Amino acid sequence: MPATFIQPEFRVKIDYDKCHKCGRCVQQCGWGVYDFNERPIPHDEKCRACHRCVTFCPARCITIERNPLAYRDNENWSAPLRKAVWKQAETGGVLLTSMGNPQPYPRIFDHLLLDACQVTNPSIDPLREPMELRTYLGRKPDAVTVEPDGQGGFRLAEGGGVSRNIELATPIIFSPMSYGSVSLNVHKSLAMAAERCGILMNTGEGGLHEDLYPYQDHVIVQVASGRFGVGPEYLQRGAAIEIKIGQGAKPGIGGHLPGEKINKEVSSTRMIPQGTDAISPAPHHDIYSIEDLRQLIYALKEASGYKPVGVKIAAVHNVGAIASGIVRAGADYVYLDGFRGGTGAAPAVIRDHVGIPIEIAIAVVDQRLRDEGIRNQASIVAAGSIRSSADVAKAIALGADVVAIGTAALVALGCHVCQSCHTGSCSWGITTQKPELTRRIDPEWGAERVSNLVHAWSHELQEILGALGVNAIESLRGSRERLRSIGLDEQTNRILGVKPAGM
Amino acid sequence: MQQVIEGYRQVAPAMRAEGDTVVLDANGVYYQQLNEAIRSAVSAGARNIRIENANGQRYIGAGLRARDLRIEVHGTAGNDLASFMDGPTVEVFGNAQDGVGNTMASGKVVVHGDAGDVLGYGMRGGRVYVRGDVGYRVGIHMKAYESLVPVVVCGGKARDFFGEYMAGGVLVLLGMNTQFPGDPIAGSFLGTGMHGGVIYVRGDVEPWQCGKEVGVAEASDADMAELRPILEDYCAALGLDLDEVLAQPFTRIVPVSHRPYGKLYAYL
Ligand code: SF4
Ligand code: SF4
Repeated sequence: MPATFIQPEFRVKIDYDKCHKCGRCVQQCGWGVYDFNERPIPHDEKCRACHRCVTFCPARCITIERNPLAYRDNENWSAPLRKAVWKQAETGGVLLTSMGNPQPYPRIFDHLLLDACQVTNPSIDPLREPMELRTYLGRKPDAVTVEPDGQGGFRLAEGGGVSRNIELATPIIFSPMSYGSVSLNVHKSLAMAAERCGILMNTGEGGLHEDLYPYQDHVIVQVASGRFGVGPEYLQRGAAIEIKIGQGAKPGIGGHLPGEKINKEVSSTRMIPQGTDAISPAPHHDIYSIEDLRQLIYALKEASGYKPVGVKIAAVHNVGAIASGIVRAGADYVYLDGFRGGTGAAPAVIRDHVGIPIEIAIAVVDQRLRDEGIRNQASIVAAGSIRSSADVAKAIALGADVVAIGTAALVALGCHVCQSCHTGSCSWGITTQKPELTRRIDPEWGAERVSNLVHAWSHELQEILGALGVNAIESLRGSRERLRSIGLDEQTNRILGVKPAGM
Repeated sequence: MQQVIEGYRQVAPAMRAEGDTVVLDANGVYYQQLNEAIRSAVSAGARNIRIENANGQRYIGAGLRARDLRIEVHGTAGNDLASFMDGPTVEVFGNAQDGVGNTMASGKVVVHGDAGDVLGYGMRGGRVYVRGDVGYRVGIHMKAYESLVPVVVCGGKARDFFGEYMAGGVLVLLGMNTQFPGDPIAGSFLGTGMHGGVIYVRGDVEPWQCGKEVGVAEASDADMAELRPILEDYCAALGLDLDEVLAQPFTRIVPVSHRPYGKLYAYL
């Protein structure tokens, strides 16, 4: 019997007439696709279509094709399902994968269209007129008290009711990706970009490496169930603290960083021994209720000198009620992660079948908090596959205050969304701890690319606002009247609070 | 105008000095004002603080980092005592509630009464000594790193999930000063998911009480040599008799693997 029934997904073809026999492909591939014997010889079964070799081949003589092997048509028993069964028959294991849900569920953002001004309400030219993207993350007061400033104006009265908010230059932050799942150079790139763009990066649950201390005012420090790297100093360094309850890619599932990825540096940042698995239990064992959550929120506030504390949850069926509880528990922001959100490693069955779309979650939570009169008490951060500035604008129009981007930032750094992060051998040097791979990302270069992306999206947002005839992102926030849907059913429209195009 | 929350007044506690000790009267004072007063006393240089009439105020000692700081609590300390604490010593003359030493980094907590659930959750260093019984989920996910090794000693009995997910450190259960003489020393699921550290139980545990990830054996002489200084310190802190504690053999519980779920997955 052959060791496996599973045939390669891709075919690596080299045009040997053009090939320089330079061996760069051999050296670039993180997965060991190539042998070299006078010329490069690819082993198709190892290829993950990450295009690292293709990008670096000086002769541009490599092509990667889908293996055209035909399977007898069966819409029900797709080829991936057959392969999954073979894999499990061979190993008996839970199938582990990474990145966001790739399945062909409807993408609601792609069924939403933005409005624009014509004739009667003039649009604004963002190149000539000020266009405000500044956003404040955190609790807003029910009311403020002001007093005359003695110069004919007003100022906020002493103790006038404003709580600590974080100023963001644009409503885009980076989503939590732990040091351990991504490399330190990726963390540095994001931290430097956050500083340059006036926004925030997020440590994820793996602690804060001391190389990031200079950027700490632009870092959200995360506290997850494993409490890796969490101590009073960590809490006091962060600009804000985030309690991680769940993740869109794996709602209800804990984190599990395999021992192979726990090298010396990762181990010292997480404060656990090298080579042991870093296991984050599925729940926080001190949180079994909203009251318990409140207790942890205030423990973190007490321990940090009353920094803003947010709570990150996966978007699940009952998200409205859960978010309401989180706000009432005292969170300064609620972070909603939709079912397409990325991950460094998750069981495929969970990633592909659990959770709800972020678009629905934003609309439901925004509405619920408004109905209960507590929308001002917390910001809504939305994540889980924000792929473009259009998605940002639509998410904000649905009711989000801020969006968080993870995969998009990694794509800026070279990620090709090959869904192989869990192997720890990322050829692009992103989701790996192997020094020969991690050095492929120079933090300075990385910060530049990610900053460019954030700046470009911000300019595009300004264009969108101009077309909508408003001059501040505040005016778009929760303004679902500026959205129309196409091809969504009546029920979905009602849940989204969006009218179909033509109405 | 004075605001009352959950029966507590939002006012600063009455404060007085006794020698170099700052004494705070917690009677009826909301936790935020009490802890605020502790923090300002510490930043003003106080290194001995005594809290009187504590009645469930939460977060005492939370996030404090001064190594030479001593806090005495008279009365009942509320939830999350010494959470995220890094250095100080807290001594409670009374009972403590849930979450003692939550994610504590270093320092020492001595409780002369009983303590509640989730004691020592995610603790990475320092010591917690309890004279009496503890509740459910004690010592979950304690972890050690290099010289940082957390130690928890509970003098009474414990409920379910003792040492669950434990990743490092030393967790000791004596079963001596208990209000529940008829109960087993620990509940079920002892050491479930444990992948590091060691649990010592004075006397025996039954196989049904333990998670499948642990191995159980009688403590050897070498083990007792490791345990003895811990128990000496514990007895000294609580005024107990070491010989009496050592009069029974100890059981040692350790994980079978530090990668309990290493073979669970197949990579796509
Ligand atoms: S990198 Fe391109 S040119 Fe160099 S050996 Fe590989 S295929 Fe040939
Ligand atoms: S981070 Fe690397 S391994 Fe993960 S999807 Fe992107 S290119 Fe592939």
